[in-house]
Amino acid sequence: MTTNTETPTDTATALPEDADQLTAKLRRAAVAALPPERLLPDRQPAYVASWIYVFGVLTLSALAVVILTGVVLAIFGPSWWHSSTVGLFVNSLHLWSVEVFFFTMVVHLWGKFFMAAWRGRRRATWITGVVSFIVSVGAAFTGYLSQQNFDSQWISTQAKDGINSTGAGAIFNVTNFGQMLMWHIVLLPLIVALLVGGHVLLVRLRGVVPPFAPTDHTAKATEADQASPQEIMVKGDLS
Amino acid sequence: MTTAGETSAPRRGRRFNPDRDVAEWHGKYLPYDLVKEFLIALVVVTLLVVLLSVVFSSPDDHPVTVRSWSTAQPVDFAQTAITELDGTSATASFGPPYNATDPGATQSIGPFSPERWFGVHHPIDAANNYVIAPLQTLPDQPALDAAITTYTSAPSSQQANWTTAYEKAVADAAFAQGGLKVPSGAYGPVAPMISALTSMARSGALDDALLSSRQFYGTDYTKPLLFIADGTYLDNLGQAQHLQGSQWGMMNETGNYPGQAWLWLYTLWYQVPPMKTSSNADLQVWAIMMLLTLALALVPFIPGLRSIPRRSRIYRLIWRQHYRDIS
Repeated sequence: MTTNTETPTDTATALPEDADQLTAKLRRAAVAALPPERLLPDRQPAYVASWIYVFGVLTLSALAVVILTGVVLAIFGPSWWHSSTVGLFVNSLHLWSVEVFFFTMVVHLWGKFFMAAWRGRRRATWITGVVSFIVSVGAAFTGYLSQQNFDSQWISTQAKDGINSTGAGAIFNVTNFGQMLMWHIVLLPLIVALLVGGHVLLVRLRGVVPPFAPTDHTAKATEADQASPQEIMVKGDLS
Repeated sequence: MTTAGETSAPRRGRRFNPDRDVAEWHGKYLPYDLVKEFLIALVVVTLLVVLLSVVFSSPDDHPVTVRSWSTAQPVDFAQTAITELDGTSATASFGPPYNATDPGATQSIGPFSPERWFGVHHPIDAANNYVIAPLQTLPDQPALDAAITTYTSAPSSQQANWTTAYEKAVADAAFAQGGLKVPSGAYGPVAPMISALTSMARSGALDDALLSSRQFYGTDYTKPLLFIADGTYLDNLGQAQHLQGSQWGMMNETGNYPGQAWLWLYTLWYQVPPMKTSSNADLQVWAIMMLLTLALALVPFIPGLRSIPRRSRIYRLIWRQHYRDIS
């Protein structure tokens, strides 16, 4: 038995016939953009020293618990938790992990706002974070609609007025339990996971935003625009 | 040492704007164990969630059914049923996506009425779906069948006379000895129809009839939910649970649970004029929230708004150790 000891990277870059291979190109681009030491760094700038930074990872942890408990509820079906003590407990875990998720995410969001964390080519990081929050609101909302209890009835019959006023009710029918359940357990979690994944990769790609310079708070944007060329050592935006 | 964020090249010729740009970091880098941080956070969050679940559990109030509603408040059910039959209920006159209605009856902001753009997608003919068709499923009821035929074959003006008279009388109705007792009047076939529908609802048969579809399995509860919501029974239960729009509505949930607290801003707009009393409140609130959401997502591009963090100087609390180190 022979063993191929060459790494895929070596092969792809070494063989001329692979120069145009899309797989190799994609890998090279991915590794160039996010080499392992940037993807999973073991050092951070000294200014990353505040409790506010913990809320990002707390949000990810809460999301992990939300997904895990949601998977357990999905395994046993939407009616299980109404008739099972264990099911009720798992539903409680799901509910409270969602509450913790939103609390930590909102603190994280406002923390990043007051850091102006979009500075230095980090606009996409900010936008994916905000969109993740909005889609998460939709995911939680459809969860409330999928409970099959009084809350579901009340929330759906109240929410229909707002949704219908926008015209979206033609497609997104909040009183259709089957449709809301599908959105809650398939479509929206998938979008949240993709957005959060992209958000985290952007954080790793651009790094943690540095603090304002000590004199920044006195600067006016119009005055700063007249800055000397020596000061134009900036990270441009994403555009 | 190459680290995240250091390799991007500055755009030549661009002026420095402290709300958009950032100076390179040339200071120290310190050990930071991201994986360890995540694992500790996961344990802390899990323990917190378990603790909250053990102490507070989660709410699960029984849903309202047509049967439970008509059993608890048969007169309210009959009052609602007659408004479905005469087309004056909230659902019957809602407009798109349930049914067609006058242009002025739908919500709008100026000339814009988005709900009209998409038309009727979940058609509900209230009189037929909620009263006539369910009654026609009852077997061996020749008198009822005759009443239905009389009603459906009568001119609309005659139908209106019967339903208007019954609607006034049913407000003084009582439920006794297993049936509705409505003061006598010229209701034509309407009285036996509503009486039969009330009995059907109390037996549970109407719940099934409203859910019936061409498929064996069904998951769409639009028709029974809207019917139940047209009555005052569900409304009063919501009031008792602090769930009305004037009580910050949907962001609450039954019991003393935090509910969807993240909807506070959405709910806030319903508490203030002009939305508080506007017939276009839903569309107005959604328009405001869409604009605010767009502004939040695009803060990095909006001059003035993106300066708030720098001008507020709250960042000096966040990075106080950093500023202490460099002072």
